[in-house]
Amino acid sequence: MTLTALIAEDEPLLAASLQAELARAWPELHIAASVPDGLSAVTQALALQPTVCFLDIRMPGQTGLDAAQALAEDWPEGAPFPLLVFVTAYDQYAVQAFEAQAVDYLIKPVDPKRLAACVDRLRKRLADRPGASPVPVASTAPALSDESLAQLRALLAGPAAAPQPRLEVIQAAVGNTVHMVPVDSVLYFEAADKYLRVVTAEREHLIRLSLRELLPQLDAKVFWQVHRGLVVRATAIQTAVRDESGKVLLTLRGCADRLTASRLYAHLFKGM
Amino acid sequence: MANLVHDNLRMTVSLPAAAPEAPALPWWRDLARRGLRNQMLCLVIAVLLTLMGPKHWHFFVNWVYSTCIGTSCWLFIDGGRMTLSRLLIHQQPENPELRARWPGLSWMLLCILVGSVAGYMLGSQLGDLITGRTTPSLIENPQALAISLIAAIGATSFFYTSERLHAEKAAAEAARRLAAESQLKLIESQLEPHMLFNTLANLRVLIGLDADRAQQMLDHLIAFLRATLSASRAAQHPLSAEFDRVADYLALLAIRMGPRLQVKLVLPDDLRQLPVPPLLLQPLVENCIHHGLEPKVAGGRIELQARVDGAQLVLSVRDTGVGLRDNPATQGTGFGTTQVRERLRALFGERASLTLAAATDAEGGTLATILLPLTPTAA
Repeated sequence: MTLTALIAEDEPLLAASLQAELARAWPELHIAASVPDGLSAVTQALALQPTVCFLDIRMPGQTGLDAAQALAEDWPEGAPFPLLVFVTAYDQYAVQAFEAQAVDYLIKPVDPKRLAACVDRLRKRLADRPGASPVPVASTAPALSDESLAQLRALLAGPAAAPQPRLEVIQAAVGNTVHMVPVDSVLYFEAADKYLRVVTAEREHLIRLSLRELLPQLDAKVFWQVHRGLVVRATAIQTAVRDESGKVLLTLRGCADRLTASRLYAHLFKGM
Repeated sequence: MANLVHDNLRMTVSLPAAAPEAPALPWWRDLARRGLRNQMLCLVIAVLLTLMGPKHWHFFVNWVYSTCIGTSCWLFIDGGRMTLSRLLIHQQPENPELRARWPGLSWMLLCILVGSVAGYMLGSQLGDLITGRTTPSLIENPQALAISLIAAIGATSFFYTSERLHAEKAAAEAARRLAAESQLKLIESQLEPHMLFNTLANLRVLIGLDADRAQQMLDHLIAFLRATLSASRAAQHPLSAEFDRVADYLALLAIRMGPRLQVKLVLPDDLRQLPVPPLLLQPLVENCIHHGLEPKVAGGRIELQARVDGAQLVLSVRDTGVGLRDNPATQGTGFGTTQVRERLRALFGERASLTLAAATDAEGGTLATILLPLTPTAA
């Protein structure tokens, strides 16, 4: 089994340096790809399925944490989930979260001794894996353990965004007309490229806002995030059915749309 | 002795808490504390009366009377003060003195006058009941009224002034702390740890790869740090210096971001010496990088331009980044733009402005424009 790694780091000098240091500390590790942004980190990781991903936190496109979330949600069944190492220059919260969550992390500038310790830890983790022997991983083994999911969830919960005033009305512009959409009438929000779909029972609107910017302005008890790109009004959900892959299919009241909640948020849908 | 008198007075009239400050304790704990002090004072007065009054005045009798009269006076004055300020606050809800339960001087004088008379009358009746004696009424004994009135007024004014001084000192202290905090926040925002440590990480790599470039990078970093740390000391510097500092910052970022960052600085020669407040442009440039170019995968260009339009100096900072979003919560209300606006208002009043808008050409991004008066200011 070849050991492969993906490096996601937007600053060229730092990416080159991490690659060089890794070559010294872990000669068997082959760098499959080095990408400069969070979006290509996800596409490359899904395509190459590396053993380890080194993810910078602050990157263009999306952050390393968001990339990790996207990987967890889109990772193919049966393939072993990569070990994640987060790299950050200074992010007090993130560092605390990593320590608490026992996911490994590196702080820039990367100290060779610290990198060696990280490599030891990664090697140990790999040896502990059920399919660590040269025999390929049994396809029945969960690709992403509940433990890793919980760790990732805790990391993503992140520092609570500064409380913002509740949004009451969404102003969706179409040409010269602005539609005033009361938040109370919204069934769900879905991220679509640079836009956000705002879906009500009657129709849908597009606004130029990210889910990340919107979330702190919504009541988290009323609107549940069920996927990195999907926030649903809890009372609008009629049924939730879990499939074999751990995803949850949602049907809505008063709307024919079918939505999918990711494994990361499947824990929200449990019988009382 | 003087101290003793002051202490006594404080307890007799049991003065309101700090006038301009809101009471920190719940009202009943405040009341209980003042009641206790009042009781202690009554005891002290009883002792003094026994020592200094006529020989046949018995300590126990003195104590009963001083307790009865002192307590009634205190209850009347203190109760009057709180009732009055509570009534008055309905008319002036924002009055800080009323909020601190201080109804104002004239009302307070009335309180003291009525409270002392009523307190003496009620207290002496109570004392008579307990001891079985008879005390002369106020009309027969005007000295008693005079003494309690003088004591009450003296103590009220003494404690009002001292509490007020204390509150003013606290307010000045708070203002100083606020100024220091905002200064610190300014420096902190410019010496953002993420920027600093990423720069150092790059420098560390460069030292091994390309010592000459590492040295250049270090020079830019030194100039940037020096400018940031001394910006608060100088009121103004030439526009050319302002551009140089921004250039230092952008040079650091150019090394970090590589080809993702292009820089264009336009400063006509005849504008080089114009005085501007130091590091005025810095927060805007940081915003371009942080909100415009860093999130954009392809990166982009940042343009700084100075020109004259009529009697105004126009400084524009433009990026070709991701642009402003629909979120009203993040449009020009961040720390950087707020801070620039506040500085402009403090230095030029209505004669300067900052506007933040979407760039109108095909390249997109954000355009921040500062308008400054060309005529030199008093500042």
